Amino acid sequence: MSDATQNIEGVLAEFKSPSDLYHAAEKVRDAGYKNFDCHSPFPIHGMDGAMGLKRSPLGWIVGLAALVGTSSALGLQWWASTIEYPIIISGKPFFSFQAYLPITFALGVLLSAFAALIGMLVLNGLPRFFHPVFYSDMFAKVTDDGFFVSVEAADPKFDSNQTRAFLESIGGTNVEVLQKS
Amino acid sequence: MKIDSQTYRLTDPGKGGTIALVAGIAGLILSGVGYVTNAEQFFHSWLVAFVFWTTIALGGLCFTMIHHLTGANWSVVIRRLPENLMVILPFMIVFVIPVLFGMHDLFHWTHAEAVENDALLQSKQGYLNVPFFMIRLAGYFVVWFVLSRLLFGLTRRQDNGDGTHDGIIKKMRVVSAPGMFLFAITLTFASFDWLMSLDPHWYSTIFGVYIFSGGFLAMLCFVTLAILALHKNGVLVKEITKEHYHDLAKLIFAFTVFWGYMAFSQYFLIWYGNIPEETVWFLHRWDGTWKTVSLILVFGHFVIPFFLLFPRAPKRSANWLRGLAIWLLLMHWADLYWIVMPTLHKHGVHLSWIDPVTMIGIGGVFVWFFWNRTAAVPLIPTNDPGLASSMKFVNS
Repeated sequence: MSDATQNIEGVLAEFKSPSDLYHAAEKVRDAGYKNFDCHSPFPIHGMDGAMGLKRSPLGWIVGLAALVGTSSALGLQWWASTIEYPIIISGKPFFSFQAYLPITFALGVLLSAFAALIGMLVLNGLPRFFHPVFYSDMFAKVTDDGFFVSVEAADPKFDSNQTRAFLESIGGTNVEVLQKS
Repeated sequence: MKIDSQTYRLTDPGKGGTIALVAGIAGLILSGVGYVTNAEQFFHSWLVAFVFWTTIALGGLCFTMIHHLTGANWSVVIRRLPENLMVILPFMIVFVIPVLFGMHDLFHWTHAEAVENDALLQSKQGYLNVPFFMIRLAGYFVVWFVLSRLLFGLTRRQDNGDGTHDGIIKKMRVVSAPGMFLFAITLTFASFDWLMSLDPHWYSTIFGVYIFSGGFLAMLCFVTLAILALHKNGVLVKEITKEHYHDLAKLIFAFTVFWGYMAFSQYFLIWYGNIPEETVWFLHRWDGTWKTVSLILVFGHFVIPFFLLFPRAPKRSANWLRGLAIWLLLMHWADLYWIVMPTLHKHGVHLSWIDPVTMIGIGGVFVWFFWNRTAAVPLIPTNDPGLASSMKFVNS
């Protein structure tokens, strides 16, 4: 029977220590899995590299948002005060860019801040209310002293038996198939 | 250049210090010639050079105190360099002496007959008078002397393993917290006295922060250059990594923005208010070739470095960073030149040979002193409890 008909959504394996988890991540990465994740009670330095994660594109998203923010703020003020409703204020030219800079700066910062927050959430797949690892009771240890690797069924290489055997072969203990009951 | 891998002391400091000293003495002698040939020009050039190097030393003091107050770990390996800059600070009093002799040439408010015919200067006389100027100047140096001696004494006690880790760190914080306050007050009033009072009618309350932003930036550039110079000689390559100068580069980026923010804030309010006694200062700096310098500052001190330091790659490239650090030091000098010189050359830039000579004179001695201190103590705080994590630090 195929994994899908059995409602299998992933495989979870426990590792003893942060360094075991780190090396396991390298092996899972090298085995060609893409849809996998590592879970630990605290951040582990260098895990991004061990998991083969690329640099986040968030910086570019925020940069683009800043560009949109500054140019639209400057554009709007220029349009409003020189074309749509030109009015002389304290004897200064219609296009007094000095006066426009605070708003240009502020809108740039505002849009970048929104882009940074929302972009971070979207890239992380958040908000998210459920994950197959929650089928496991053992997984509760992750908030205390558990170090886990989970491989999701969505991975093209995923096969519950093979993946399970693979995780055991790289030192995973308590390997569990995550199955919808 | 060689370093002992156990004590982190330089066993062979190399020739850099001697070269700097020779250049410095030659510069000072030529500055003397400058004084004889054109005293007025000499005093103004000297003031620019004196403030340039003093602000770098002040930046070192500020960096050290911020480090203690925040308890940062990444900066432990580079902390000794700003600390060595901070030690120079009280000795800068030697270089302030020519400024005192040149007060009549530099400061319009010292002219009794000018004050007599000027209601505004009369009302400022309570603050702008020679004895009080001297008292304040002595006060600044007393504060800087006490702070730098206390903090350096504590860091050396930590090196030697006197007292407990927590005890020393607590004392560093106890000094730094009021120290930060005193630093802000002294730097603000020193910049009012030495730079703002060149045009005694003009005032700007943000001026102290403006000078601080440029000075702190120059200190970061100086420290970055010192680290890159050490690396070129194979010293501290393992301890101070790309990750550390990446962080310094982030601070350099932040402070180019901060400088731009302060410079614009100062300009913006004066432009908006449009009151003649305030706008006159900028009007002078828009006169003739001074306009070019103003624009060079806007683009060279802010816009171009902002975009060059924006991406990640240049911050992690030693060559890019070296170039940018040298450029920004040059810009800090241009900034001070632009503040001081229009009082002497009102209608346009008039570069003199005395400008570089005074810079090299004070700078040579400054760099020699810095290098001498660096060779006399361990290059990193070997006993700091944060050292191990500082060495391992990486930017994610």
